[in-house]
Amino acid sequence: MNENLDPYDADRPLRLSCACGRHSNAAEHNAAIAQTEAAATLRARSEETDFEERSRNFIEAALVKALFPQDAVRRSFLKAVGRRTAQAAIASVLPVASLQAMAQERAPLEKRDLKIGFIPITCATPLIMAHPLGFYQRQGLNVQLMRTAGWALIRDKMLNREHDATQFLSPMPLAITLGLGSTAAPMRAATIQNTNGQAITLSVRHKDKRDPRNWRGFRFAVPFVHSIHNFLLRYYVAEAGLDPDTHIQISVLPPPEMVANLRAGNIDGFLGPDPFNQRAVFEEVGFIHVLTKDLWDGHPCCAFGTSAEFIRQNPNTFAALFRSVLTAAAMAREARNRPLIARVISPRAYLNQPETVVEQVLTGRFADGLGQVRNVSDRIDFEPIPWQSMAVWMLTQMQRWGFIRGSVNYRQIAEQVFLLTDARRHMEALGQIPPGGSAFPKFTIMGKVFDPAQPERYLNSFAIRRTGA
Amino acid sequence: MAASTKTFLARSEGLKAGLLSLLLLALLLGIWHLATTGGATAAVSATTTPLTAEQIEYAKLMGHDPTGGDAAPRSGFPTLAQMADVTVKHLSAPFYYYGPNDMGIGLQLAHSLARVAVGFLLAAAVAIPLGFLIGMSPLAYRTLDPFIQVLKPISPLAWMPLALFTIKDSSLSGVFVIFICSIWPMLLNTAFGVASVRRDWLNVARTLEVSPLRKAFFVILPAAAPTIVTGMRISMGIAWLVIVAAEMLVGGTGIGHFVWNEWNNLSLPNIIFAILCIGLVGMLLDRMFALAQRAVTYVE
Repeated sequence: MNENLDPYDADRPLRLSCACGRHSNAAEHNAAIAQTEAAATLRARSEETDFEERSRNFIEAALVKALFPQDAVRRSFLKAVGRRTAQAAIASVLPVASLQAMAQERAPLEKRDLKIGFIPITCATPLIMAHPLGFYQRQGLNVQLMRTAGWALIRDKMLNREHDATQFLSPMPLAITLGLGSTAAPMRAATIQNTNGQAITLSVRHKDKRDPRNWRGFRFAVPFVHSIHNFLLRYYVAEAGLDPDTHIQISVLPPPEMVANLRAGNIDGFLGPDPFNQRAVFEEVGFIHVLTKDLWDGHPCCAFGTSAEFIRQNPNTFAALFRSVLTAAAMAREARNRPLIARVISPRAYLNQPETVVEQVLTGRFADGLGQVRNVSDRIDFEPIPWQSMAVWMLTQMQRWGFIRGSVNYRQIAEQVFLLTDARRHMEALGQIPPGGSAFPKFTIMGKVFDPAQPERYLNSFAIRRTGA
Repeated sequence: MAASTKTFLARSEGLKAGLLSLLLLALLLGIWHLATTGGATAAVSATTTPLTAEQIEYAKLMGHDPTGGDAAPRSGFPTLAQMADVTVKHLSAPFYYYGPNDMGIGLQLAHSLARVAVGFLLAAAVAIPLGFLIGMSPLAYRTLDPFIQVLKPISPLAWMPLALFTIKDSSLSGVFVIFICSIWPMLLNTAFGVASVRRDWLNVARTLEVSPLRKAFFVILPAAAPTIVTGMRISMGIAWLVIVAAEMLVGGTGIGHFVWNEWNNLSLPNIIFAILCIGLVGMLLDRMFALAQRAVTYVE
């Protein structure tokens, strides 16, 4: 008997749909129930006391680590002022002051109804999952998630104040603050949404061209000009001796359109966000050439941010938002939650992707399109700390490719836009930070060390660049 | 006798045309069916030697079922059965609302129609009075003509970035784009209709010393109405063409955004269903204006 149309089932009404009447067939009905169950399980996990403890520790550790990236400095600071004073100092000066207090004292919210923009990609996982799991609600916020059609619109809707906060590509707040490709408006990156989680996907036609030196004449797509994707792709081909401006062609495509274009043969590959790398594999039109994790492990990708104005006018609302997103990030970092999260964020209202595709991205056990099952548990991660040196690196790349002309005060811009240093400045004003404390750790990108203390020297060390020799 | 034969002939011709249309539809669906099912059977027969555990997992991750027969290729053109499935799914719950990112096809169409209605009415409110002015005064016509000639051929979507920048609201920008694209046919047709009202009628009105307002409403308007409604019909056609593209660009809600969202998911059945909806709604809108046109047409 067709389970959709069983007239003798007393438990369900007789109509051409499922038992609850909201789905056209039983399979969809069951999928919806599975999603609700997954959300309930995750919500229950987030309410376990030890998760709250872990989450609090995670957030606090993240902040302390951001303030004192060098462990020796942190230790000497703690020895000098003592644990209590250090905690109080951090709690009193951070823009997220109430983070540490979490549930205890909550200042009244200036604004409850918020619209948050997002692009349907797995980078937005914490920001999206906080919605079905009720993390915003728990902070007293009524959030509407607004799916947006591309990064240019994300920028415009932020500038137009249609959205209160948004997912950004992490270089975007820098670019908008500097007025590159838009009117200048001060934007802030509050947290990094995700680290890693991108890949270079090539068309299946190019399975024999794994060496980037053979990529002359290739057409690539990246999601936006000011994106880590553009910078990493340029960096990668330049390391292979190709000039990204003349030897290959790079065009901007909204992530969702990349797979369609790869299938149509309009592009040879893309450096894009997941799940579209995995979707290209799933559609049998592409294979994963290299994960960006293998270029720069722990690179930032998307950020969660808003305008400086919004933070100034709604500090408590901002803190509540910050808490919601960080709680979600803490949850998303735990491997056991990942399959459930994939189920919760795959439906049409969020990513609108097959669950198995999203699950492969989040769990890191995936088909690579070349016949192998790979296991890379940190294919995507959700480390929220906006290291200022990340911003400095992005600025050097923006200069390298001629997006910024003239000299740049790296440190000042980085500190202005990537929020954690705001806290640092406050601490210095209070005389709390010992000299030598740095929020500018070094990174290694494709085997080359980046020292944020010497951005000019780093910039000049590249043979292929657009700046004056 | 002659008249009845004529109606009979007309009716039988209508019948014939209807029958032929149905036949053509059946033929097209038949071709569709044959074209989409042929590939699937070929794919199933390709199964060969037993698979290792890893190969099985790989196949599963790729969305295939390695144990049973493979379903029709996911990415291929949808079969008629898949289309029917999708159609039933959408039509069984056309007005569900699970938040701004997931709502029924009926609500999406309603959003698009509302945008078109607002933009179109605004355009009519501007174009018709302005058209009257241009039609009645050759001076006004000559003054405005260069502007109209330059602005008319601009693709409405080209206005989008400018609209977003100045209006600072994405759904108002959508309305603006509808406004700007529907204004020209209405303006030009109104002007043309007004300018070509028969001199005799205007002279009669002058002889009877009719007030200018009365003249405009009771002499010129009825005389120019068929041309004006034709302009409105053309405008509506363009507006409906443009709204889909505009919504794909701006996103948020509407049938255009629905198409975009299903494009993300590479879901052809949903896209085809949306295309059919767009066509049907467009046809209904056009029918509406055709009726209005018939109502205002007169025989001299």
